[in-house]
Amino acid sequence: MTNQPTVVIAMSGGVDSSVAAALLKEQGYNVIGMMLRLWSEPGRESENRCCTVDSMSLARRIAAQLDIPFYALDAKNVFRETVVQHFIEGYQAGVTPNPCLVCNRKIRWGFLLEQALALGADFMATGHYARVKTADGRPKTAVSGRRSIELLKALDDRKDQSYVLHVLTQEQLRHARFPLGAYTKDEVRRMAGEFGLPVASRADSQDLCFLGDSSYGEFLQRNAPQVVNPGPILNTRGEVIGQHRGLAFYTIGQRRGLGIAAAHPLYVQEKDLARNALIVAPLEELGRSELTASEVNWIAGAPPEAPLRAEVKIRYKARPSWGLVTPLLGGRAHVRFEEPLRDITPGQAAVFYDGEVCLGGGIIEGE
Amino acid sequence: MENTFIYLDHAASTPVDPRVLEAMLPFFEQNFGNPSSIHRFGQKAEAAVESAREQMAAALNCQPREIIFTACGSESDNLALRGAALAARRERGTHHILISPVEHHAVSRTAEQLADVFGFELEYLPVDAHGRVSPEDVAVRLRPETAVVSVIHANNEIGTLNPIAEIGALCRARGIPFHTDAVQSGAHLPLDVDALKVDFLSLGAHKFYGPKGVGVLYARQGVPLLPVQTGGAQELGRRAGTQNVPYIVGMAAAFALVQQEHSDRAEHERALRDRIIGRVLEDIPEARLTGHPTERLPNHASFVFQGVDGNQLLMLLDVAGFACSSGSACKTGNPEPSEVLTALDLPREWALGSLRVTVGKDTNPEDVERFLDALPGLIAKARSLRKATTDNTVSNS
Repeated sequence: MTNQPTVVIAMSGGVDSSVAAALLKEQGYNVIGMMLRLWSEPGRESENRCCTVDSMSLARRIAAQLDIPFYALDAKNVFRETVVQHFIEGYQAGVTPNPCLVCNRKIRWGFLLEQALALGADFMATGHYARVKTADGRPKTAVSGRRSIELLKALDDRKDQSYVLHVLTQEQLRHARFPLGAYTKDEVRRMAGEFGLPVASRADSQDLCFLGDSSYGEFLQRNAPQVVNPGPILNTRGEVIGQHRGLAFYTIGQRRGLGIAAAHPLYVQEKDLARNALIVAPLEELGRSELTASEVNWIAGAPPEAPLRAEVKIRYKARPSWGLVTPLLGGRAHVRFEEPLRDITPGQAAVFYDGEVCLGGGIIEGE
Repeated sequence: MENTFIYLDHAASTPVDPRVLEAMLPFFEQNFGNPSSIHRFGQKAEAAVESAREQMAAALNCQPREIIFTACGSESDNLALRGAALAARRERGTHHILISPVEHHAVSRTAEQLADVFGFELEYLPVDAHGRVSPEDVAVRLRPETAVVSVIHANNEIGTLNPIAEIGALCRARGIPFHTDAVQSGAHLPLDVDALKVDFLSLGAHKFYGPKGVGVLYARQGVPLLPVQTGGAQELGRRAGTQNVPYIVGMAAAFALVQQEHSDRAEHERALRDRIIGRVLEDIPEARLTGHPTERLPNHASFVFQGVDGNQLLMLLDVAGFACSSGSACKTGNPEPSEVLTALDLPREWALGSLRVTVGKDTNPEDVERFLDALPGLIAKARSLRKATTDNTVSNS
């Protein structure tokens, strides 16, 4: 062991975390590779997108090539009881949950960070495209007036993953390293070649790892059969124009798969839980100009003192939209958009940005 | 490896002794012939293989023709179990297999396959709290239709020695083939197949400072054995395939060194082992020795600790510079207690926290002291981590 700081890199066998590990090693850190074994449906383990036997063996080979130790950790129970449970409960409650947010908060930056620190690490790194900026010699932030660690978007806006990292606290960010934040995906692929790392031409993992080869609907039918709960599809005048299979199988803004023959295309506008009804409307009637978010995390550690104009992302891949963000009591926030948005989806996160600085965000509430 | 890392996992593997490596080297480039060839290249290779066979036979107190060279201890176990069971069924119509619950997977998985696929009836012997088989339990379970019996000589996880000679005598008196897996014990104890009264005995070279990828099956003359790997007539038709000449030469050299040095090695190792067992049980609360306190391998100390995740402990140890092993030998992060620890009837909260420390002939006492100084703190850390994980899991459910 040298006197260099020790960093645990969360590895997946993919090109991003492998290059991140190589960069850290090059920067002189003591690097330890770790990988979590996550939960899969019994009998479907080989379909998991994050931690198959193959990807673990690949990560192990890469670690050996980089001459860093590698450890696999079991997180099946904690993953099942937090991430998967949250996913199922969200659909049962009529929202469209985002389990990656829970995974980042409770598993990667909770369970794994705890293990890394216990192992004696000073930092934990992931292959996320995002940046952290420490307080040294930097002016106070406009928002909170505090000197704190900032979470910044990746330099490559198309790859930016700060959306899923908006849940991090100052304490977590203090230990966080994102070696890829200043690079584009193409540069990362090129560096993989230069480091002599296998560039598995796997598709970027965007689907939920524990769904494997199933759709989320198939998964819910097996694991939460009570969501199969047919009810009426109503138009905005309250007329029954069809039947749905269960509200969980539909998403706000969805057009396909409604099974309604209508003169104009119809979109899911709203889920009415009390009546178990799916409300649909033509395109021109869709759109809301406001939302309320709860469980809001302010990266700076405290809400801003006054409402502020910010760019807001309402989905991972959504374009940011301008709005006025007003902090509310009880960890909530209200957003009034300057233009109405069609796909404000309860259960997804609304994440606030001041330019490249991620200010924080919260979970969009139902109406 | 940097010399700051301390290797305490000799039951997993050992480094090749330089004297062994030297004996092997001529058989890669210079004497590379195929032992089955007629010409002088082949003759030289054949002479090397046959001389290795004589060395092994002399050490084991058997005839050279009773030595079968294989690719590893697991292959020897497979050949003994499958070959003896299938031969016994063909010649005697027998279908009963009797094994202990503390066998290496090479034996137990083979026996399970013989039961699942080939229709044999598989029966497990009981063991005591030290994982030891009693000859009386064997005696009452032997039947005329027993095809083969297999009891491990020294268990790899808990180090316990079994009374092989007594069990062998019972089987011999009834004419039932008896196999023992001596992969661990062969590295430490003199083995006399005549005194042990075994019909089959398995060895693997890399446990005794020989190379990986080579093993031996002793197969007593006259005991039926069906080949598992068919093909050429090598090894008297009992194991087809060109012999791995340099590795066979290396194994014989390494085994000869065991015969010369085993009492010195054992004396050195036993002192370290007893020091480890004594201090661990003294320094660490809620710790138990697994396996027999005295009837165990001279280099082998194994424990369970309450409230510890064994894999996590190995990680902490590795980061601190100590290479050890656990009961489950699992690198995929799937924590389940092993069958062996389960057979000891340990509570799950104990069985998950296993640790195996196995010293070698070159392990030095200062390194063992460094390990013993570090272990209590690492156990405490593993306990607080496991508690945090368990609490976390409960509070989030």
